[in-house]
Amino acid sequence: MSIPLSWYLILAATLFCVGLFGVLSRKNAIAILLGVELMLNAVNINLVSFWRYRDPAQMAGQVFAVIVFAVAAAEVAVGLALIISVYRQRKTVVADEIDLMKW
Amino acid sequence: MEKIIIWLLPLPPLLAFILIILFTNKNRELSHSIAIGAAGLSWLGSMVVFMSALGVKEFGKHIFGATINWLPTGVTWLKIGVMIDPFSAVVVFFVAWTVLAIFVYSIGYHNFGQPKGDQDVAGIPPHGAIVTDKHGHQHSVPSIEPMYSRFFAFISLFAFGMYTLVVSDNLLTLFVGWEIMGLCSYLLIGFWFGKPSARNAAVKAFMTTRIGDVFMLLGIAFVYSFTGSLSFRDIFKPEMLHALASTPAFFGMSAAGVIGLLLFIGTVGKSAQWPLHVWLPDAMEGPTPVSAMIHAATMVSAGVYMIIRMFPLISAGWTAGMPLNTTMSVIAFIGAFTALFAATIAVAQNDIKRVLAYSTISQLGFMIAALGIGAYVAAAFHLVTHAFFKALLFLGSGSVIHGMEHGALHTGDHSADLQDMFNMGGLRKKMPVTFWTFLIGGFALSGFPVLTAGFWSKDEIFTEAFGNGHLVVFIILAIAAFMTAFYTMRQITLTFLGEPRTKAAEHAHETSWTMTVPLIVLAIFAIGFGWVGIPEHFPDIGGILPNWFHEFVGGTLAELPKEAEFSWVPLVTSLSVALGGLSFGWLAYRKVKSPEDDKLQIPLLKHKYYFDEIYDYLFVKPAWWISEQFSYLFVDRTVIDGFLHSVARFSLFLGYIFRNKIDKPIINELMGDGTGNVVKSSGFGLRKIQAGRIQYYMVASMAMLVLFALLYYFLIRSM
Repeated sequence: MSIPLSWYLILAATLFCVGLFGVLSRKNAIAILLGVELMLNAVNINLVSFWRYRDPAQMAGQVFAVIVFAVAAAEVAVGLALIISVYRQRKTVVADEIDLMKW
Repeated sequence: MEKIIIWLLPLPPLLAFILIILFTNKNRELSHSIAIGAAGLSWLGSMVVFMSALGVKEFGKHIFGATINWLPTGVTWLKIGVMIDPFSAVVVFFVAWTVLAIFVYSIGYHNFGQPKGDQDVAGIPPHGAIVTDKHGHQHSVPSIEPMYSRFFAFISLFAFGMYTLVVSDNLLTLFVGWEIMGLCSYLLIGFWFGKPSARNAAVKAFMTTRIGDVFMLLGIAFVYSFTGSLSFRDIFKPEMLHALASTPAFFGMSAAGVIGLLLFIGTVGKSAQWPLHVWLPDAMEGPTPVSAMIHAATMVSAGVYMIIRMFPLISAGWTAGMPLNTTMSVIAFIGAFTALFAATIAVAQNDIKRVLAYSTISQLGFMIAALGIGAYVAAAFHLVTHAFFKALLFLGSGSVIHGMEHGALHTGDHSADLQDMFNMGGLRKKMPVTFWTFLIGGFALSGFPVLTAGFWSKDEIFTEAFGNGHLVVFIILAIAAFMTAFYTMRQITLTFLGEPRTKAAEHAHETSWTMTVPLIVLAIFAIGFGWVGIPEHFPDIGGILPNWFHEFVGGTLAELPKEAEFSWVPLVTSLSVALGGLSFGWLAYRKVKSPEDDKLQIPLLKHKYYFDEIYDYLFVKPAWWISEQFSYLFVDRTVIDGFLHSVARFSLFLGYIFRNKIDKPIINELMGDGTGNVVKSSGFGLRKIQAGRIQYYMVASMAMLVLFALLYYFLIRSM
């Protein structure tokens, strides 16, 4: 147990920030989706490391992480499908140009 | 049995009225059959009641009567009921006969069976129709009255009013009948409402009698407030009369006196006594059967009937031989004055019906005067005989006018006034039945000695007046009687004797049997009815027939009035005024051919002492002035309208204020438009954040998250 919890947390925070930056700055909708995946995995690191350091007897952290994988997989499937659908309609995957809901 | 018949007596004419008005209006024959059938039923009932009344010994003490409770008045009831006592029995007798005669006569008078006139319209007397006979000749013949059925409906209602009045045992239902007759007189005088004169006459009759009715109603209210009952039997109880006579009211008169006077004013209006006599002559505008109805069977007889009926009240505290009390003096004065006053006017009238109208006023004056001097039986006797001979005379005059119309249609000359006696003459040969019956009626009116009914009733009035020492009344009535005989003979001479003075009179024709049969029936009564009242002390023939009328009708009063002592003075007077007047009338008018030869066409008499003009000046013009200048222009236009206008202006001002100062700026602009504007502009500003770019939303979400996290950290945690 040489590596303390805080390292993991810093790693997770860094990973989250990288993901957030990707989501906010990239124009490509697929890249935004990639950023979202990074943020989800940052959360997973948090969940697993809290479980390992705080309460290893319980399985809740691992179970949550598995659920997040499943949800992320479903989300990517739906998200990619949406993007392909939008692309077929508008011939673009640039998020700024997809402004159907604008006033 | 009799009681049921008495209750039912007025009903058939009322049913006839309703049936004709509602159902049979289109069918003339059915309408007059219903009306005459109803009159016949009432006639039959009246005769049954009269005959059974004759069969009752001392009928005055055992009268027929029945009452029912009608209106609850606290713990007591206002009762209404019917009653036939000796006096109302004889009245019902003459009403039944005259009504039936007039109904039958009306069929002929309104030309039943004749064709419809081309130009006839409702409300105008029929003009006549042109028919072509089988040889191709054209004749003008009388045409049927356009409102034939309506006429029968109205006279049926009229008869209902009279029967109701006569069988009533209380002042209330009597007054109801009284007012129904007032309405019917209005409807029937104005029957030919297309003529302005008829319209005006109808209004005049209604208004004038209304004056009397108001006072009568006051009298009735006074009786009720004093005695708590309107039934004759209650009011005429000796103790009640004594109480009424001994209670002082106004002007030094007793309560009985004041009530009597108020009721008498009702009679003055209804029976056309001076000074409310003006409506009756104008009432001649109605069809002639209506005149007969008003003058004999119903209206004016009702007035005299009522005041004779109230005699016990009027004479309360008075017994024969005493000086008259105030009310009786007033009644005697009005009666005697009217008798003479109307007789003088009648002398100068040329219209055959107007002469009769004034003679009615005069004869009613006789009755009223007789009652005023306490001659109860004489007044009742004259009422009955007068009803018969005046119905006869009116129907006779209608027959004459009808014959003249026939002549006018035959010759085609419509220029002459067919009611003007100076356009007649020589009709005795053309219309024999009418002539003889009219002669009988005229002689009865004049009091032709011994034979006619009028002689006996008038003689009784003279005897009573002389025998009880009322010499002034006696002399006035004697003069009036002389003039009566005079103008009656003038009328007969001008109408029937001599030679025809116009083509219409030359070609006049006797009328149909429906008109002559009633004349004959009434002529029999105009002679025969006098014989039931021959005084027992009359020389030679007195006592052959018992003085039934005096015994019978006198029995109505609590004690049988004494017959006046026989005296030669009134008898000689009566004989001389009747015969003198008749012969003088004949002598004066047998040579007269035109109004210019008539020395009695004095303007003062011709214009009826200018009473119409005086009333016009005194009452009608001021009433116009008040309604026009005061009520309309001042009160209505200036005061009331002014007030209303200022209210309206004030409302307008308030409305202006509310609209322009409150509604428009505050409600509309500030609140209504303001809300909209705020929403609009805020929406306009806020829509900019809806950019549609997903990453903007995300940045905004993040920024807010950070903001709230900072707020939470610094504000909430630090507390």
